Amino acid sequence: MSAPEKGRRRSAAGSPGFLRRSQPRHGEKVIKVLLVAASLVSVATTIGIVIALIPPSMEFFRHVSFGEFISGTEWSPLFKPPHFGVLPLVGGTLMVTLIALLVAVPLGLGAAVYLSEYADPRLRSVFKPVLEVLAGIPTVVYGFFALKAITPLLKDIWPAGDGPQVFNALAAGFVMGVMIIPTIASLAEDSMSAVPHGLRDGAYALGSSRMQVSTRVVFPAALSGIVAAIVLGISRAVGETMIVAIAAGGRPNLSFNPLEGMQTMTAFIAAAGIGDLPTGSIGYQTIFAVGALLFVMTLVMNLLSIRLVRKYREVYE
Amino acid sequence: MTSPSDAPGGTKTPQVAFRDARTLADPVFEVGGLSVFYGDHEAVRDVNMTIGRQQITAMIGPSGCGKSTVIRCFNRMNDLIPTARVAGKISYHDEDLYGREVDPIEVRRRIGMVFQKPNPFPKSIYDNIAYGPRVSGFKGNLDDLVEETLTHAALWDEVKDKLKTSALSLSGGQQQRLCIARTIAVEPEVILMDEPCSALDPIATAKIEDLMERLSREFTIIVVTHNMQQAARVSHRTAFFTADVDDKGERHGRLVEYDETIRIFEHPADQRTEDYISGRFG
Repeated sequence: MSAPEKGRRRSAAGSPGFLRRSQPRHGEKVIKVLLVAASLVSVATTIGIVIALIPPSMEFFRHVSFGEFISGTEWSPLFKPPHFGVLPLVGGTLMVTLIALLVAVPLGLGAAVYLSEYADPRLRSVFKPVLEVLAGIPTVVYGFFALKAITPLLKDIWPAGDGPQVFNALAAGFVMGVMIIPTIASLAEDSMSAVPHGLRDGAYALGSSRMQVSTRVVFPAALSGIVAAIVLGISRAVGETMIVAIAAGGRPNLSFNPLEGMQTMTAFIAAAGIGDLPTGSIGYQTIFAVGALLFVMTLVMNLLSIRLVRKYREVYE
Repeated sequence: MTSPSDAPGGTKTPQVAFRDARTLADPVFEVGGLSVFYGDHEAVRDVNMTIGRQQITAMIGPSGCGKSTVIRCFNRMNDLIPTARVAGKISYHDEDLYGREVDPIEVRRRIGMVFQKPNPFPKSIYDNIAYGPRVSGFKGNLDDLVEETLTHAALWDEVKDKLKTSALSLSGGQQQRLCIARTIAVEPEVILMDEPCSALDPIATAKIEDLMERLSREFTIIVVTHNMQQAARVSHRTAFFTADVDDKGERHGRLVEYDETIRIFEHPADQRTEDYISGRFG
């Protein structure tokens, strides 16, 4: 039985070309073009930024040797005589990031394990959105919280010695850690929840406790997502600007003493960028050189984490 | 067209050699008035049965009759479903399985379980076997234990050269036998199997059935199956479940008949069993 009658535009089977498209579908092409354009915007922006970083950085390294830049321990590019050793900025960034991770990784992963493996589903449905709101607080608020609440608190409770300075890496790093807890917790929880229930059933049926199921079965299976969560947390910490600009001060400092103020790479870029450096001056070019270094650092970290994950994760599909 | 009497699962299947029934004098489980609720819904109603030692008990019945729900009561896997609630009593060697002092983890070390879909951990074959002993604090030589266990489960010759490779590289049937091996590595008394062959081809199924038959000399096995031939082939006793639909359209599973397998398949006492066995519904 063929049913071409009843008003349908369908040619009879067997007539020439009866399987050809019966009506043009222009809309589909337009939508595809729009979707491609949408995805290209972010890729093009990234490539554009990289390209924009290169010429001023090259210009910078014509004046300052790469060796001096990467191994120098004094950073005073805008003073006379200028020094272009970037290590104090790198040290400040690493110090603050390390403190932030010491706060965010244990608390974030703890929250993720709790939400994914222990919490009642109803509790989780309340808890997770609340956690994610924490990620939406503007960083300037965190910055003042660090400067006006955490630093004074640290001074009050400091047991011995002078305690932290007004601007210090400890308060900035701590608050930054609090800021990235939701990022780590939420992403890690997503990847742990995605581990098939059959694996948990298998582990429980062998007499595992909840903690054993979490650490020996769910955690290794979710490792790639967990590492991705931590890497994103690190990227946010390395790239975070407002908190460190407000609470860690503006003095380059290679002491690695968390109680002292120090300037991070991002804080330098912000401070120098809003100043009135003439375009093309060596001071102006330093911004790009530091920016390029920041970019390379995050890139290397991402590549390393991908290799790490490939080596250790337990693929469950 | 085949005549109804030739249909698979019919009562006239001379090729099946039924296994001798064994005594229920030394029961492992005694189930009395067991009901299971999911939220307000009573999924299974008033099940009473006695499970004998070192024999295979099959649970058969149409989809939605609650047989999987019932088997998950025997090692308290239903505890993991937040809305599930169990009423009535299951005694395990005269101890109330749902007693207040009972630790479900201890229960599951004595009563292991194999699932419908093979679920080896995404670890090496070795680590899959070693998992259970490790979490229960095994102190002896793991290498020996792994070899013994795999030999016991008739899997050693197939995997001895690739113990360090991922369990997921095995075929579905091998994965399921690995899951059975993983279960016996903790030396349980009982093995629960929830449709262990439903994802496998007939050859892999035959291997699992062989394994079940050999394991039934040492272990007490309860198996849920959709395959009536399988129940007829491997089990000593068979429980037939079905579902009643009430006036609100909700299904309540219940145990219709429980007897020696040969009686269930050749002289069922209940008309519903007869209808199911002969392929008239389900």
